[in-house]
Amino acid sequence: MSSGILVSSESDAGAYELLTKGRSLAKQLNLEILALTVGKRNDKEIQSYFEYGAQRVLAIPSIDSATLDAETYAYALSEIAKENGPDIVLITSTKLGKETAGRAAQRLQAGCITDGIGIGTKGSDLVVDRYALGGNTISSQIVKTKKKVISIMPRTFEAEPEPVAGKVEAIDLKILPKRVEVIERRKKVGESVSIESAENLVCVGQGISKKEDLGMVNELCAALNAELGCTRALSSDYHWISEDRMVGISGKRCKPKLHISIGVSGQIQHTVGIMTSKLIVAINKDKEAPIYKIADYGIVGDLYQVVPKLTEKIKNSSR
Amino acid sequence: MKQVVDLQQIRIKRDTREPVLEGLPVLFGDMDKNALEEAVRIKEKHGAKVTVLSVGSAKLKETVLEALAMGADEACIVVDPACEGSDTAALALILVEAIKKIGSHDLILVGEGSADDYSGQIGSRLAEILDAPQITFVRQLTVEGNIVTAVRDMEDALQVVRAAPPLVISVTSEINKPRRAPLTQILRASRKPLNLWTLKDLGIAADRVGFTSSGIQVVSNVAPEQERKGVIFEGAVDEAVGKLVDALRKEGVLQ
Repeated sequence: MSSGILVSSESDAGAYELLTKGRSLAKQLNLEILALTVGKRNDKEIQSYFEYGAQRVLAIPSIDSATLDAETYAYALSEIAKENGPDIVLITSTKLGKETAGRAAQRLQAGCITDGIGIGTKGSDLVVDRYALGGNTISSQIVKTKKKVISIMPRTFEAEPEPVAGKVEAIDLKILPKRVEVIERRKKVGESVSIESAENLVCVGQGISKKEDLGMVNELCAALNAELGCTRALSSDYHWISEDRMVGISGKRCKPKLHISIGVSGQIQHTVGIMTSKLIVAINKDKEAPIYKIADYGIVGDLYQVVPKLTEKIKNSSR
Repeated sequence: MKQVVDLQQIRIKRDTREPVLEGLPVLFGDMDKNALEEAVRIKEKHGAKVTVLSVGSAKLKETVLEALAMGADEACIVVDPACEGSDTAALALILVEAIKKIGSHDLILVGEGSADDYSGQIGSRLAEILDAPQITFVRQLTVEGNIVTAVRDMEDALQVVRAAPPLVISVTSEINKPRRAPLTQILRASRKPLNLWTLKDLGIAADRVGFTSSGIQVVSNVAPEQERKGVIFEGAVDEAVGKLVDALRKEGVLQ
């Protein structure tokens, strides 16, 4: 029996991204491509997976998608992928996905790579790229085990349809009782912004000395039609800015056309989140700050003088 | 806890873009310290014994002193040259054998990811091998009697969950601010029990861990190519800002 690639994601959009990449890997490695979906899905939703190339859709209606937990998810994936099942499991590296990846890998005795930012082949091997050494490097890794579990960062690939006529199989899986009880789910207080897709992004760091001074930065954002982002300290430690605007390894990864970095020293945990910006501008008083190593343009100076002046010049020039 | 090189001090070779790791100081990762701090706080509130467990190089003997000074009662470290190059599956195996050797436990606390790899696999693998429930991404933890209540940090929501030990818990950096060990404690740390184990002590054959057993082969590990222009304007603010705006307009990012 030929092996396959099993794709699964918490969201349909995530599954389409992975199917798009997965089907090209499947062609190169001569494998079947399958998708898993859980919960009560209608025909149209299942059909949408064929639009993105899934040759087979496995549906587990007995799992409630709204309360899906990693233990159940890993159990389902490993039950499908074990023995003669698909050798490669490709899931989205959301928090649930990341926790699930390690669990599923352990169940399958599989090699596992989480937070992948790229995936390809080298001969018959699967090569996955991920950040290493705290974001200082990108490590390309081959998974040598027969079974492989890979989680890929959300929005790494762009979903493109390529319809096929596939089959649906319902799987009757006996679900294990949950051992961790969820008492409450509450939305985070924030503005539900999506800074990942911002064309222009302004990020602030600890060079800003008090919360009130963010007004000046917001004016620059308005002039540039930019979204505001920040380093971890400003959201997690000072709570000046909501966490959905935090950029870096434990926050968002952004790829704006123009990124302006204000009072940010440039520690790797933050800069990982802006590395793929098209143009990076740094404003910092310390000429030796690491941020200048990744900057296209920079002004060494007092941000309290530079930022208002910059806002004014941009406003004037766009008139 | 995982011993890592000081990531802030990594230099990149200009020609090959490879990282230079030789001679760098080693320390425990920040989120590992969050996990330890939380354990010590639980101990201070409810009474408990805190054991630090780590697998690493011979330098661990010194690195672990900081953890003992922060409030751990005992340390168990696995130091064996054969462990080098172990993948997460092998590390989980070593940790589980060490956990069994330590004896009973209520909570296993880990960081949500190590400072260097941030792969977040260890907690999940431990939970599977030990057949224990796991609570990940915990930013707030309360212990009452035999019940642990935790606030989990998911992407756009918080989850409040409850479970009974034994449990594996992974914490985020928001959970606490790790204390700095006072000098008096640092001096006292070397008098706390420090168990140094090899693979043989844990009954693990050397070929089950290390480079040869690894399911992951690193093909390359280099700094990403950054072709940045590096044009820096200094001097009078007015002039510098003017030059910057001109440059941005030429780049086509400003109207």
